[in-house]
Amino acid sequence: MKHTISVLVENHAGVLSRISGLFSRRGFNIDSLAVGVTDDPAVSRITIIVDGNEYTVEQVEKQLNKLIDVIKVKCLESDELLARELVLIKVSAPADRRAEIMTIAEITGASIIDISMTTITLQIADTNAHIHRLEEIIRPYGIIEEVRTGTIAIQKGAESITLKK
Amino acid sequence: MIKACEAMVKCLEAENVKVVFGYPGAAICPFYDKLLDSGIRHILVRHEANGGHAANGYARITGRPAVCIATSGPGALNLLTAIATAYADSIPLICITGQVNSDQIGRDVFQEADITGAAEPFVKHSYLVKNADELPKIFKEAFYIAGTGRPGPVLIDVPMDIQNTLIDFEYPESVEIRSYKPTGKGNYAQIKRVMKALNEAKRPLICVGGGVFASNAQTEIKELSDIMQIPAITTMMGISAFSTDNPLFFGMLGMHGVKSANIAVKDCDVLFLIGARVGDRAVRTPLSVEESTTIIHIDIDPAEIGKNMNADLPLVGDAKLVLRQILDLAKPLEHKEWIEYLNSLKSEPVYEKTKDGTINPRKFISDLSDAMSDNTTVVADVGQNQIWTATSYKIRNGRFLTSGGMGTMGYAIPAAIGAKLADSGRPVVAICGDGSFQMSLMELATAVQHGVKLKIIVMTNRYLGMVREVQQNVYHNRYTAVSLDGSPDFITIASAYGIDSMRVTNEEEAKKAIEILSSSDESFFVECIVDEHTATI
Repeated sequence: MKHTISVLVENHAGVLSRISGLFSRRGFNIDSLAVGVTDDPAVSRITIIVDGNEYTVEQVEKQLNKLIDVIKVKCLESDELLARELVLIKVSAPADRRAEIMTIAEITGASIIDISMTTITLQIADTNAHIHRLEEIIRPYGIIEEVRTGTIAIQKGAESITLKK
Repeated sequence: MIKACEAMVKCLEAENVKVVFGYPGAAICPFYDKLLDSGIRHILVRHEANGGHAANGYARITGRPAVCIATSGPGALNLLTAIATAYADSIPLICITGQVNSDQIGRDVFQEADITGAAEPFVKHSYLVKNADELPKIFKEAFYIAGTGRPGPVLIDVPMDIQNTLIDFEYPESVEIRSYKPTGKGNYAQIKRVMKALNEAKRPLICVGGGVFASNAQTEIKELSDIMQIPAITTMMGISAFSTDNPLFFGMLGMHGVKSANIAVKDCDVLFLIGARVGDRAVRTPLSVEESTTIIHIDIDPAEIGKNMNADLPLVGDAKLVLRQILDLAKPLEHKEWIEYLNSLKSEPVYEKTKDGTINPRKFISDLSDAMSDNTTVVADVGQNQIWTATSYKIRNGRFLTSGGMGTMGYAIPAAIGAKLADSGRPVVAICGDGSFQMSLMELATAVQHGVKLKIIVMTNRYLGMVREVQQNVYHNRYTAVSLDGSPDFITIASAYGIDSMRVTNEEEAKKAIEILSSSDESFFVECIVDEHTATI
């Protein structure tokens, strides 16, 4: 079972290694980890996708909370969150296939951010499932290279995970 | 303005540090130079790990964070085992290490090691100081973090150039860490539920762990046990939280524990865990507790609740404060039948006669505890000697120290030095095996140099006894790498350090040795010859 955990941390050097070290030594499996600064430059937000049962997730939350640099930990339920990842795909695109690939991009909501005589580079920010669909459709054309970020997530509606009162 | 290294010393003075343990080297020399001008007493150990263990013993007796110091690279790395040992037993340490100059970090220069990286799994928190101006704040935070909540070691790694930087020194009066707010009192609604469970229990049992010392809750536990007539047992880390004289005390549980304690755990209907993490040596599997047993668990670290054993009634908070809240609601109860039953499981130990030229270590330790003054601190090393001491030394008003979580051999001598320096009025006995003693016998020099009076007992059976026992029972008598042949004559060793000593090979000598140990204020070294076939339990 996949769980999405949002972590607010002090934006100090070494925080990321403390967190990744915690996961490896306690035997927790990370599917993805994304980190970036928040609107408050002293605070970073880390989104972690963990694979495990309820016990594992509870331990992950508790152990994260023990790290002094961790300010807040919240496990987000799958039905209350909006999750996105960003993917760049360089696909083989000789002149006679360009139009097809452009159509696929348009239908799937991907944008074309680069083009060469033989390739097109697509960019898409969407859910893991949607990106997977795009991959499957584009694969027969020949994926040359693919880069993706970890998932980032935010709560639906007015709820928020911030330090503001 | 003053140099940051002087500020470091002033920080220690501001924290009322009287004694520090360490081993200098080039990268920490600026700090050592300033230490010379302060009233802080420095104890030079003979190996950095032992500096950490000595600080560990010191911290456990004073109840406050203790300081150990090492230089960069190998010095810091030698300290690692002691850091991990303290972490496993939740002992507050401030570990100060020198580091190579800031601009050389990462270039693999002489005596450079990434110690904050290496120690990360074993510290409560760590700092690599990059800005000298932050040093006072870092020290203030380090002491606060190490000593509050669930205590633990905090590492401060200070590059040499940072130590030599001029700063404006002002020690912060208070500390505010937005991400660190240890819990104090327990949730009141939950306390009422706990009270209900305790009131309804037919066979309640208190299990005391090492956390009780961190919280200094021994009095509260005794009071609760008295008023509600609840029998108590301890984990190894909880030994000496409860007097062995107390009629409601039923010993240590676990794979090396006593029958009455283990059956009590199995047969109780409410198990009240206080500051115990239920490690695998205490309760092997959650299954050894009946499913119908209601488990109440007080711990200051929420991550310990439900980690090794599911708790029906978790209570996060400081044991002393939570128990005060519980005591406010406690009414006298009786559990006569249950206590009678547990009493029927208690048996007077039988000390079988051992072969000529050897003594029974358990009898020796038991007799020793009868003779020593009530407030004696006993430090057990690791191995068979540890279990013999844990189960045979009758502690009334003293303390029992050992490396319970990490099981670090060589802990006893340095920890005993620390314990003695923390309270010179109390006798301190270190009990080792001939294996563990040889891991830190060089610290006899530390004791002699600094006038630390210790009683040292080495149980010599010429084997790594506990491993030998495993090889005997599990590996069908295939003994490998457990013989300690080649060991020196320990009596000669003791006299080489100028410490009076005697060897004990029979009852009569045992009597004489115990008399000297219990009556002399001087250091005394006793080697007890033990049959290698004498079992752990």
